[in-house]
Amino acid sequence: MSEPHLSARTYLFTWIALVVLSALTLLLSVAPLGPFHVPVALLIAGTKGVLIVLFFMHLVEQRSVNRVAVIFWLLLLLILISLTAADVATRSLDLRPPVSG
Amino acid sequence: MADATLHLRDHYEDLAKQTHAARLGMWVFIGSEALLFAALFALYAAYRIAYPASFRAAAAHTNLFLGTAMTFVLITSSLLMANAVLSARLARPGRSVGFLAGTAGLGIIFLGLKAVEYTEHFRDGIFPGAFYAFARLPAPGARVFFTLYYFMTGLHALHVAGGVVLLAWLARRAHRGGFTPEYHTPLELGGMYWHFVDVVWIFLWPLFYLLR
Repeated sequence: MSEPHLSARTYLFTWIALVVLSALTLLLSVAPLGPFHVPVALLIAGTKGVLIVLFFMHLVEQRSVNRVAVIFWLLLLLILISLTAADVATRSLDLRPPVSG
Repeated sequence: MADATLHLRDHYEDLAKQTHAARLGMWVFIGSEALLFAALFALYAAYRIAYPASFRAAAAHTNLFLGTAMTFVLITSSLLMANAVLSARLARPGRSVGFLAGTAGLGIIFLGLKAVEYTEHFRDGIFPGAFYAFARLPAPGARVFFTLYYFMTGLHALHVAGGVVLLAWLARRAHRGGFTPEYHTPLELGGMYWHFVDVVWIFLWPLFYLLR
């Protein structure tokens, strides 16, 4: 027997959501957001990523241990990026990462 | 059931457990791929914080139109890929082959657009690392931006190219009737890989094209 699975309609709606969010990213990139450009763009990109992981990659229909695996590596990824960024952001300008040559 | 026993390895009790193990293994593999890219994203974050003005100026010199087109190409290819797996689940292998061919076609279009873009940059003297010779943006921060640009989009493009080869192999196997509603694990895992590559591009797009 084949397992219960997502339908073509779900995939179409996921795609429409991805297109709308991409258009939104494009619009907001020219909006006067000041210092919020980067966080807003990353938030929308993250939302698109979650939609793809849940529906296109079928995480929503799989057993919960798979979700644990994904949450675990997402956590590692966030620690890696945020601590690297925090390190540089809290240094004095003289100590910023060098560019050789 | 004949099909199920054909693909069942003897160290698994049943096909459901084997399929579950395969999916979990794929998530672990994708996690290691994500961490590979995460190291580069961390590097981007560090240098963007150190050279914010250069990064914004350099991002204004990438081709926004091509970058955006590539975003929509990949998102649409993901929709086709999801439908290729669905067709196998609904016992329609012919449609599955069609969707796989469409997905691979969009992957090739993506690589073509990338090639056009790199050619444009080369003409301007934008090369990675020590070969950087873009007269309009001589600042060291801009050089780092474009070095990261080549490294990250290049590594991503290699993944797309590998994905296209994988899709061709899956299409051949689907064409020969290799996938059924009970057993289509290679197709499903191949799809997960393709979607992952799409997710990476979703983050590359704003960082290299939009945040100017």
